[in-house]
Formats: sequence, C-alpha cells, structure tokens
Amino acid sequence: MADHLPNSLPSIEELRARWGAFAFTSENEKQAKVVIGRYPPGRQHSAIIPLFDLAQRQIGAETNTQGWLPVPVIEYVAAYLGMPYMRAYEVATFYTMFNLAPVGRYHVQVCGTTPCMLRGSDDVLQACYKKGLKKGETTPDGLFTLSEVECLGACANAPMVQINDDNYEDLTLKSMTAILNALAKGETPPPGPQVKRQTSAPLDGPLTLPEMVNENHDYRGTWA
Amino acid sequence: MSLQDKDRIFTNLYGFQPWGLKAAQKRGDWDATKNLMAVGQDQIIEEIKNSGLRGRGGAGFPTGMKWSFMPKESKDGRPNFLVINADESEPGSCKDREIIRHDPHKLIEGALIAGYAMRARACYIYIRGEFIREAETLFAAVQEAYDAGLIGKNAAKSGYDFDVFVHRGAGAYICGEETALLESLEGKKGMPRLKPPFPAGAGLYGCPTTVNNVESIAVVPTILRRGANWFKSFGREKNEGTKLFQLTGHVNKPCVVEEAMSIPFRELIAKHAGGIRGAKNPDDFDNLLAVIPGGSSVPLVPAHEIIDAPMDFDGLRDLQSGLGTAAVIVMDKSTDIVRAISRISYFYKHESCGQCTPCREGTGWMWRVMERLREGNADISEIDTLWDVTKQVEGHTICALGDAAAWPIQGLIRHFRPEMERRIIEKQGQALEAAE
Repeated sequence: MADHLPNSLPSIEELRARWGAFAFTSENEKQAKVVIGRYPPGRQHSAIIPLFDLAQRQIGAETNTQGWLPVPVIEYVAAYLGMPYMRAYEVATFYTMFNLAPVGRYHVQVCGTTPCMLRGSDDVLQACYKKGLKKGETTPDGLFTLSEVECLGACANAPMVQINDDNYEDLTLKSMTAILNALAKGETPPPGPQVKRQTSAPLDGPLTLPEMVNENHDYRGTWA
Repeated sequence: MSLQDKDRIFTNLYGFQPWGLKAAQKRGDWDATKNLMAVGQDQIIEEIKNSGLRGRGGAGFPTGMKWSFMPKESKDGRPNFLVINADESEPGSCKDREIIRHDPHKLIEGALIAGYAMRARACYIYIRGEFIREAETLFAAVQEAYDAGLIGKNAAKSGYDFDVFVHRGAGAYICGEETALLESLEGKKGMPRLKPPFPAGAGLYGCPTTVNNVESIAVVPTILRRGANWFKSFGREKNEGTKLFQLTGHVNKPCVVEEAMSIPFRELIAKHAGGIRGAKNPDDFDNLLAVIPGGSSVPLVPAHEIIDAPMDFDGLRDLQSGLGTAAVIVMDKSTDIVRAISRISYFYKHESCGQCTPCREGTGWMWRVMERLREGNADISEIDTLWDVTKQVEGHTICALGDAAAWPIQGLIRHFRPEMERRIIEKQGQALEAAE
C-alpha cells in the first residue's frame, strides 16, 4: 500500500512548528474516551484506528480539507494511547484511509476495480480529468484531490465514487461531470444512485417484495 | 421453483422502509428473542447445524459446527468473544452493506443469539472504514438496542449479559481475513496470523473467538423462528438455505437479491437482472462471454459451462470455481477479458499486506506480466511461466490472499489461452510489418 505515500512534504521542523501543539478538542477528547471504553481495560491500543480517524477529521475541520496525519499528530495519538510511535506509524501507513499528505476540500475517490471498470469507471475518471483533476494530486485551488481506489463495496451500483463521506453511484460521464460542477459551486448534490432506482434494487423498481414499497409490510402472516 | 416473498429473510433489503427499531419490530425482529434463547445454548447450536447453514463470507464452513468449537466453560477466566466480519471488500460483494444500512436489527439480534449460544461475553462488529454512512446507521441501531434493553445487562430479559461494540476499520482488504481482522481490532497492522492456534482457541486478546460473516449471523434469528427444516427446504443437499446474490457487471439491471441456493445461473440472471446486456431478451444468453461467480477471488467460468449450473458451493466447485460471497460478476462479449483479470491482479498487488514473500513479490510480478499480456507485448512461453508462478504463490502463504491472487489468472489461462496467444501473435505481426 505504499502508493499513497507522499512524494514531498514539508520538513519535519516545519511540521513540528505547525502541528507540534496538536491536541484533541474537548468534544473529540470526550469522544476518544467513549471509543477507548469499548475495549477491555489495558487494551486501549485497539482504539488507534478510531482515534486516528478523529484526529484526521479534526485537522480536516481546521484546514477546511479532508485532513491528514502529520508526524507530530501520529506522535500525539501514540502517546495518548501509551503505545510506541513506530507501532502507531505502522498503522497510519498500513490503512489507505489515513492521508499521509494534505488533501483538498473534496477527496474524490473513484473505484476502478473490475466490477466498476466493467460498467464504465473509465468514463468517471475521464470526467475528472476533463475538470483538470489528476490522480494522486490536488487541484491548485485546493478543491479536489483525485484518487483511484480499490473496491468500495457498492458493486451493484457501479460505477461509483466516494466523495468525502458520501457515495455517488450508477454514474456516467455526464452525471459525474454534473457532480463535480455542483461541488465546485459549493453545492452538495444528493448522494446515492444517480439514476432512477432505489438503492440496490433493479432499475425501474423492485422485482421482489413489492409490498414493502409503500408500507412496512409484515410477512409473518404468510409463514406456513 | 424460485424463492417466494414470504420466504425472504431480508424483507427491507432495498431500504424502502426505515431501519429503526420500531419498524424492524413491526417486520418481526426482536419478537420474543428471550424465548428463542430459552431453548438452551447447545440446542441453538444444534438447530443451526441442522439448518445446513454454511458460512456466507466465502469459505462456506458449516456455521453451527464452527460455533461448537468454542469452549463451553472457561477454565482460566478468559471470556469468549464473537466477532462479526463486516469488512466487506471482496470486489463484486455488496450484500452486507444492504443488511447493515437497511436491516441492522437482524444483525444485532443475531449477534445476541449467536453470542449466547457460544457463551460469548461480548461481540465486536468490525465494519470496513469506507462504509461511513453504514457505520453511522449501525452505531445508532446498537444504541437503540441498548436503550430498549435488548442488549447489555439482562439482554432482552433473558438473564444473559451481552455487549455489542462497533469497530470501524480504515481501508484494508486483508482485514477481511479473520486473523488479520483480529490483529487490526487489537490496534495493529492487519497481518494474518499463523494458524494454529485457531481463533476458537486463542483469538481476540488471546481469548476464544469465533469470527462470522454478517449474513451468517443476520439469518440466525429467522432460522430459529421458522425452524431448521424451513431453511433446509431451499437449495440442494449440503448447500441449503437462502442467499443474497449480488448481480453486477454486464447485466441490464444490476441488483442485490435474496434467492434460494442452487438456483440455476440462467434463471437468476433472466429473472432478477433483466438478462445480459445487449441480448435480444432476458432469456437470450448469446452475448455472454464469462462469469466470475463468487467475487474476484474465484476463477472465471466461461459462458457455456455456467449457463445451466446451480449457483451453490458444490455446483461451482465442480466448475473449478466457487460460490464465494455469491458476487456474480457478468461479462459480455465486448469485455476485454485480459484487462478485466489484470485489473483484479492489480487489486491483489495493492492489497497484499507484504508479510509473505511469495504474495508480496508474486502479486506485483503477476500484475506486471498480465499488463504486458493485455497488450500482447510478451512471448507465448511467458503464459506458461505465469502459470508456474501462480502455482508457486498458491498455497505458499499464511493466508488465502496468495491463492486469491493466483486463481483468477489460472482461470483466465485455463479458458482463454487462445485469446492471450492471439494478442501476442497480432503484436508480433505488427512489429514485423513495421520492420519491413
């Protein structure tokens, strides 16, 4: 998973100057305690992934981006959980969702794995390229970072993209372009399928369980 | 005969109705759960064994038998744990997502019953990090269940104490491997453990642990309500039950649908997915090239072999493939089949955890050769070399990711070698022409 390692970063001195004083906000501090409470006493290392997520989101909020994990912040979280820095750094580098370099306000993660590829993820990438996005880079205005990611688990709604916390599904060149245009204007296009369908039901309406469409049907009456 | 609506377990599969506790209860979830538990722990395991339920995460190991490996009493004070694998990342798979975001209470109720049967103190649900909205729903559903007294102390008034915790991952396919998942849950890199010891002996935090797929757990309450014989009445012998199929790729209407196990491929696609893309009608399969029937890890099957095959564990094993997670990736005749498989090779290269040399080095090597074969920029003898390398990776790694990287390529060579050779010959012809 080394392909998401950054090519160039500010020097460690600059990073320390900028992020050396990082600490959880009081709200995140509270959330961190809740998270640690999910694991048995003495097993607080289990909380490293959720805490990195909190830290990355906090930095995202501070910088109006999707956040990242500079070294001083990794050190902070390691110390918070009482684990050696290197163990924490291993975790930060192993999982793809932790950004090791700054990203833009919108992290556009296009799925390119075979099920999406078969249904036109090339077109989705093309829509991104046409808007000036480049894989692994952030646009000069700081708005978009483009990544090609591996299967995001929405294959019946392929091709799809995850932008920040939401999925946009059943995309075409046209609908992806429209989404990027809307985001650039500061709008939030409605997530989910971009064609006329309910979640993963077949296009034009479900072929099974029709009673469920209009009422919360209880099928137990028909159990033999 | 295919499955009728009255026999579908996941009635809110498409999320037309709310996922919340009240709506779920109206659909039948959490109905006298206490009574289901009152039959006794060993009787629950026996009933699940009798139902024929095989693990829905891909390997197809009998679920009831897996539970029976858990120690019945703790000799040294270590608690038992149930861990639910919601790290759904197999390319093609998108069924656990539907359960979690539309029917989470089936999963939580199943967790309580399964946890009780295997004497677990608590359950951790490990959900993949990219399922951000799905995890929000799951956290909220668990909180609802706590607030209603259905889990926690004296869960559902059964007298049994049981906690359910949700744990989010952060993007690593390998964490779907059960021991890598446990490592990740303990706060480490997701690198698979050597077995033995198996998780039932020493799993999470060194305690006896059973790891089950989301679907395997979520079907448990309904099986107990309707009886093992009901569940067993669907599908062929040793492949019983209902199953969520995910129909993706070149079909007219991709979807997720619950069907009876062993349904023939033809019926599954014609009935639920509107047939093959570019075909004259749903019953016309002339435009079908090949199918990956169980997610990216299983070898592809060419059209003529799969059209009338039963979609179940043994039926697809007989075709040198597998049911896997029942993620059916359909490819029509317009598909660049070498590219389709090469993209899967790239996936495994990306997701190899790097622990075992054959996989770490082999996945990258295989992908690079696949990319050259895609363009025909290779020698025909390299197809044989590639085959040999897949055999050197397969079976020589701690976990099955090495196998999963090797099998799709083996399937391609087995069935599409002429196409691979054609590209090489064509390229060589072009080179000759250019030289003249």
